Amino acid sequence: MNELKRTWQELRYYPSAVASLILIVFMVIASIWIVIAIPYREAVRLWRGGESVWYQLPKTVPPKWVNWFRREKLPETLILDTRQHPEWKTYEPAGDGRRIVMEFTIPFYADQFPQELSMYFYVTSSDTFKPPFVSLSWKTPDGRSLRVSDFGLQSAKFNYRFAQDQKLIQRLGGEEHNIGLFVDPQSSPPRPLKGEYRLKVEILTFEANTDVDVEFVQYGKVYGWFGTDHLRRDLKVGLLWGLPVALMFGLLASVGTSLAAMLIAAIGSWFGGWVDDLIQRVTEVNLVLPFLPILIMVGTFYSRSIFVILGVTVLLSIFGGAIKSYRAIFLQVREMPYIEAARAYGAGDGRIILRYMVPRLIPLLIPALVSGIPSYVFLEASLAVIGLGDPVLPTWGKIIKDAEFNGALYKGMYYWVLEPSFLLMISGLAFAVLGFSLDRIFNPRLRGV
Amino acid sequence: MSQIAVSGSIARKATLQTLQRITRYTIVRLLTLMVTVVVGIYLTILIANMGGYLDQIRRGEIREGVQARVLADPTLRNLPPEARQKRMEDLIRLEEKRYGLDQPFVIRSFRFLTNALTLNLGRSFQLTSDSGSRQVRLILLERLPATLLLFGVSDLVLFFLALFLGLSLSRRYGSFWDKLTVALSPLSSAPGWFYGIFLIVIFAAVLKIFPFGGMVRIPPPENPFLYALDLLYHLVLPVTAITLSSIFLSVYSNRTFFLIYSSEDYVEMAKAKGLKDRDIERRYVLRPTLPTIITSFALLIIGLWTGAPIFETIFNWPGLGRTLFFAVGLFDVPVIVASTVIYAYLLAITVFLLDFIYAIVDPRVKIGGQERNA
Repeated sequence: MNELKRTWQELRYYPSAVASLILIVFMVIASIWIVIAIPYREAVRLWRGGESVWYQLPKTVPPKWVNWFRREKLPETLILDTRQHPEWKTYEPAGDGRRIVMEFTIPFYADQFPQELSMYFYVTSSDTFKPPFVSLSWKTPDGRSLRVSDFGLQSAKFNYRFAQDQKLIQRLGGEEHNIGLFVDPQSSPPRPLKGEYRLKVEILTFEANTDVDVEFVQYGKVYGWFGTDHLRRDLKVGLLWGLPVALMFGLLASVGTSLAAMLIAAIGSWFGGWVDDLIQRVTEVNLVLPFLPILIMVGTFYSRSIFVILGVTVLLSIFGGAIKSYRAIFLQVREMPYIEAARAYGAGDGRIILRYMVPRLIPLLIPALVSGIPSYVFLEASLAVIGLGDPVLPTWGKIIKDAEFNGALYKGMYYWVLEPSFLLMISGLAFAVLGFSLDRIFNPRLRGV
Repeated sequence: MSQIAVSGSIARKATLQTLQRITRYTIVRLLTLMVTVVVGIYLTILIANMGGYLDQIRRGEIREGVQARVLADPTLRNLPPEARQKRMEDLIRLEEKRYGLDQPFVIRSFRFLTNALTLNLGRSFQLTSDSGSRQVRLILLERLPATLLLFGVSDLVLFFLALFLGLSLSRRYGSFWDKLTVALSPLSSAPGWFYGIFLIVIFAAVLKIFPFGGMVRIPPPENPFLYALDLLYHLVLPVTAITLSSIFLSVYSNRTFFLIYSSEDYVEMAKAKGLKDRDIERRYVLRPTLPTIITSFALLIIGLWTGAPIFETIFNWPGLGRTLFFAVGLFDVPVIVASTVIYAYLLAITVFLLDFIYAIVDPRVKIGGQERNA
């Protein structure tokens, strides 16, 4: 305890170490919060749930804060849903059924056209489904009106995509709908007209008890605080969940590796003889074993689960360079008088190794442990980048991989690569800086060994 | 006169002895490394064949071969389909027996070992070499030069840059640049591909100065000189990325080694004698530090080799690593196993080369030779 206090006091002289320690504490608290706020099942559902989870989101758009740095503002995503605002609908009887009228007001003040428009109709009716009939009309801020389309709702869940309506494109003079509907006719090159647009929806049902809800989505060119990917997924889920995954992998791998390496080095140098020889030879063989290709082999042939990969990583890293340097120090420790004293009072091998030798090297272990974390965090990302990430968990590496695979860098979608990279770097650097400072604090004392 | 001759002959004798020692050391190291490689590759095979994957490859190959043979055989063409099928199955069983697939795994594993050691791993499932061959060995050997070029150049740049920067920083201990290097050294925790992404964003996507990746432009220039120039142009970003990923820590550790060694008594003595700074650095500081530096550099290079599959993929570099990446994507088992084997070879060669250099620069090997077992 005293030791810990002294370390802390010394640590305060390194501002970078204090900053990184604060960052690490923050990251740990954040990961706990993330795991509680978005439980595992929910995260997997949000990340792999399919179209129904993310249909409202635009495709590969940057986060909304890019607008702060742009002169030409990008449009945001707008969702108008009558299920949340039933008061928008007005009913009047018409024939056997009724006429449902609603008008969506779409404020549009961006400098670029939206990505796409789409409408989702949800019909609730009795068992005999008679397709209601929909007609859409569009009113621009300068007072022009345009008939968009008329169609029947063929199923209880119906999706009308403006982009796939060839007649609409004809009516707009060959323009794509996202440009044609919003363009300022006087502008050249075409620019959107700012103001409030109105979309009037008239639905004619043929049964009195049929009701229709409408969801209008204007897909913008920015979304949320993190942007979206090629599947319209919100990167938020992946980026947030990447943190606990990365921390867990880094911590477990580093702790497992350093502890095991130290224990094995202690055993080897204590018993000497063939045990030591065996450990030495295994280390030499391990140096020649190609680490990543073997991990790739295991990932491809057997399992991509993060825990299997973690286990193999630890197994392959135990017999690394660290074992040699620990051994060199243990060989010196072994000859020290206090060990001899322990042996004199009859301490067994296990007791000497665990209670006398290993604790002696704790000062060396802690910095090595902390500075080992980043390499494992990056290793996990590296594996995901080659396509061997955990099959279900969202991780930073998998986001980078998706981005790479979809040519994010070539197409200028930098946010997609830079966000996970930035998080990786921050978390990696925090541990690296702390480990570095700890090394400098602990090592002078080691000279006494 | 005679004194000079005597000292000359002594020097010659010393050189001869040194040469002998280095040769002996080298041979011993070579033999131990060979044993190490064999054990390492055997382990690789054990890992690969845990689910019987290598057997599967061999079985598939036999089946394909027998089918082709039976279909092409005119004497069998007139047989009814059932009889022909039976004949084919018989032949397959016979061939499997010939290849020893019915033998226990221990014996088979040693056959795999010899096959792997000679890279005789049969044909790939999907990947082909540029010449259209599906021999795994050809595919990999074709990719080898690209990888060697990239990592060879990067390692050389890294080593000498780290050495010179480390030396010059140790001269200016405590200066701004020294402190900056110390502060930046945690940056080396990120791997090369990570810096590669940033470099690509900055220099290829935004500034458009360097290419996104690849080894030469398409189509490649005809003129060999222009070809080399284009190669260099494409090398700039990847080499910079590798260098960036390791340079800070290397410079820092080199500088620390130099500082430790330059506070030794014999260096003070040399200074007192009034030797030139250059001489002191070269003979009294650099010389005893080099073995330590080479050892740490060896570990670094091995780490770099390991990262190759991702690094080459990011930079679209047509080397071994990218082939392994493709093989993973296509589940091309023979190529994956063979890549692992070839990486084991590359690592062993790296270790051996560095050991050899170590033997040349380490004064202990040269003078004493008794403490080599340490």
